[in-house]
Amino acid sequence: MKKNDWIVFTVVTAAALVLFLLLTLPKGRVKEPRLEILVDGKHYGTYSLETDREIRIGEGNVCVIENGEVRMTEADCPDKSCVHSRPIAEGGSIVCLPNRVILKIVNGEEGGPDAVAE
Amino acid sequence: MPSRSKAVKAAYLGLLLALAVVMGYVEYRIPFHLGIPGVKLGLSNIVIVIALYELGALPALLISVLRVGIVALLFGSPVSALYGLAGTGFSLLVMTVLRRTDRFSLIAVSAAGGAAHELGQILTAALLLKSSAVFYYLPVLLIAGELTGALIGFVAALLHRTLKKMEKGKRSERRDQE
Repeated sequence: MKKNDWIVFTVVTAAALVLFLLLTLPKGRVKEPRLEILVDGKHYGTYSLETDREIRIGEGNVCVIENGEVRMTEADCPDKSCVHSRPIAEGGSIVCLPNRVILKIVNGEEGGPDAVAE
Repeated sequence: MPSRSKAVKAAYLGLLLALAVVMGYVEYRIPFHLGIPGVKLGLSNIVIVIALYELGALPALLISVLRVGIVALLFGSPVSALYGLAGTGFSLLVMTVLRRTDRFSLIAVSAAGGAAHELGQILTAALLLKSSAVFYYLPVLLIAGELTGALIGFVAALLHRTLKKMEKGKRSERRDQE
């Protein structure tokens, strides 16, 4: 180890921390969170989090809305990263890379003028 | 290394490439799951780091690119090759630059390379998925890449030292014979 090594470790760790704060803090208060599903970058559907339901996405994935939380329950890929991901509720996303499925929480009025005013 | 013939260099390159592919295979068969989805130890990076330090940036790049191609052909897909290339490219770029400054130890260089590897893959994922949602994973992956990179760097540093000693030993042996 050299004297300057701490610079590298500090820069990387600081970058990760700042990114983490940037990504999580402002998303904390979404008024009326909804689940948006994207497949292959295209809109698949938007769902309210208030009613519990199971959604089948294409061939391989199944996600569940329960108690205002979303989680992926089934995926046909070998690594199952998305199934092991933490459930999302107020912000964040779950990604299934092999099937190009993205679950993300969006503001209920996204796109409307109220979303900007808020 | 100053006095190496072309044949020796080619043999060395082939040996390292084979090692890198085998390391990838070992990790594919025995995945070292570290608790976070998608995080791997990156065993073959030991070889890449050694190549960078023993042979230089270009041979290291050659080995990385060929390794990604071979691994994708054997156990992957064109998509996994794309991820691999982006990861390895970013990682090698960062490591080469940091190494050139000559201010950081091999462990720090490797740690930065590990983090850069994750950054490259997340950027590829964002492009392929046409979404920025994947960036939520980046903070965790950066830290994971930094730690696994440091670990790999530690092993590579030991190897590098041993290789240097062997090299020195051989040279003095040759001198004795003359």
